[in-house]
Amino acid sequence: MPEPAVEIRQLSKAYGPTQAVVDVELEAFSGQVTAVLGPNGAGKTTTLECLVGLRRPDGGTVRALGLDPQRDAGRLRPRIGVMLQDGGLPNGARAGQVLRHVASLYAEPRPVEDLVERLGLHDFWHTSVRVLSGGQRQRLALAIALVGRPELVLLDEPSAGLDPQSRRVVWDLVSELRDEGVAVLLTTHLMDEAEALADAVVVVDHGTVIARGTVAELTRSTGLVRLTVPDGLEAAELSAALGAPVRSTGPGCFVVDADASPELLAAITAACAAQGAQITSLDVGRRTLEDVFLDLTGRDLR
Amino acid sequence: MSAPAPPLRRVLAQSGFEARALLGRSEQVLLALVLPALALVALSATDAVELGLGEGRRVDVVAPGVIALAVLATAFTSQAILTAFDRRAGVLRLLATTPLGPGGLLGGTVGGVLVVQLLQVLVLGGIALVLGWSPALAGLGWALLAIALATASFTALALLLAGTLRAEAVLGLANLVFVLLAAGGAVLIPAERLPGPVAALATLLPSGALGEALRTALSTGALPGRELAVLAVWAVLASLAARRWFRWF
Repeated sequence: MPEPAVEIRQLSKAYGPTQAVVDVELEAFSGQVTAVLGPNGAGKTTTLECLVGLRRPDGGTVRALGLDPQRDAGRLRPRIGVMLQDGGLPNGARAGQVLRHVASLYAEPRPVEDLVERLGLHDFWHTSVRVLSGGQRQRLALAIALVGRPELVLLDEPSAGLDPQSRRVVWDLVSELRDEGVAVLLTTHLMDEAEALADAVVVVDHGTVIARGTVAELTRSTGLVRLTVPDGLEAAELSAALGAPVRSTGPGCFVVDADASPELLAAITAACAAQGAQITSLDVGRRTLEDVFLDLTGRDLR
Repeated sequence: MSAPAPPLRRVLAQSGFEARALLGRSEQVLLALVLPALALVALSATDAVELGLGEGRRVDVVAPGVIALAVLATAFTSQAILTAFDRRAGVLRLLATTPLGPGGLLGGTVGGVLVVQLLQVLVLGGIALVLGWSPALAGLGWALLAIALATASFTALALLLAGTLRAEAVLGLANLVFVLLAAGGAVLIPAERLPGPVAALATLLPSGALGEALRTALSTGALPGRELAVLAVWAVLASLAARRWFRWF
């Protein structure tokens, strides 16, 4: 195993009485995309901020590219590219001016024109940051994170506020970085983003890691059945009839958490027939990352 | 392989960026240049406001005060507002993760203020010279020293304010302080023309000390010892306080 680009051991950080992160263990490798997945307030951003040296951990060790973000900050900063959740773009400046300025802080920055082209920054190159849309800000922030040719890229919710086209552009760029051997660590609460991009997923909740593995590993467990029955079926009834857990995911939408055997499907249709309830869709599939995630983190809104 | 630009180039780049930001908005140009220039012309050319000039021409008293006012506007008011809003937008956090780092940010902040002040001194000094100002060249060094110490004090106080209060509060407070000091802080109006207790207080503040120091140095060429001492004490205390309480993020 090569030396990890990110190595976090037993990281703890509290804000006053609130324990934001407890004993987090995390690794990320060059040439891989590692997704830290978790609901709002799970400790994703705190972990990332400790990694880039913006916060000092209360306990544990944090290493980025083998360096201590606090002690070796001067040596680490030129080698990482960071996209923060709040963007951090100066409102008074024009978009192009900001990107050119950050580029000037590096000896051999990535050609600005290249990023302009890839991320479609032309349209708002001369526009004041103040009036940029959320998606435009995200694209500019990503360009800023990449302009220094970083070896380790840290992205806090990179696709927040992006339309589907822009998100695709961002994903392609992240995949390309991986292929170039860059270590990418991103936080997200978008399942499809983690599924599409991540070589490794770390699920965090309430400041601790609750699961980790590849997407395939995390979703490998038994399949499930999704069905839509607009009228005349209750989750509790169906569950009783099947002897398997059933949850309602919306009006008339149900998920049966059990191995999708022919016997189970027969029992489901029989139960609906007994109720005279029309099935409008029935889908047998493997668990998605979202299913795993919801099982792990619970279903309450945060 | 990623490598940073040399440290000096980074700080200079940030200074230029900060200077543009300081002058990037019309209300800041108004505060930094237009207002002082208007004050210079109006107070030098008319006697609508009695300044108690004694002998000598009005412009010789007005010009140093206007320069002090411009220094106060940029190093304190504009800088406090700029940093407060940048801090709220997360700009300081983001730049702290680039090769610039917190050290380069501080260097760039001071550098940006100095660039704008150089511009202010050139423009306002130029106008004053056209109006007939003849500064005492012997006092030029003392004047520059006073400006440097005052800049350190004002910038540190600006960062202290910006680093501890909400951006809107900083906006209000920084403007209020500017107006109060401009009116009664021995900046434009010599301390001897202010009521006794006000004058005593004003000359203990960095604004009044700067105004008096510039008038003394540039009118007579003499060493404004007391004022420089006051400015030095402020520079040290304000820097220590900013170091203790300012948070980049």
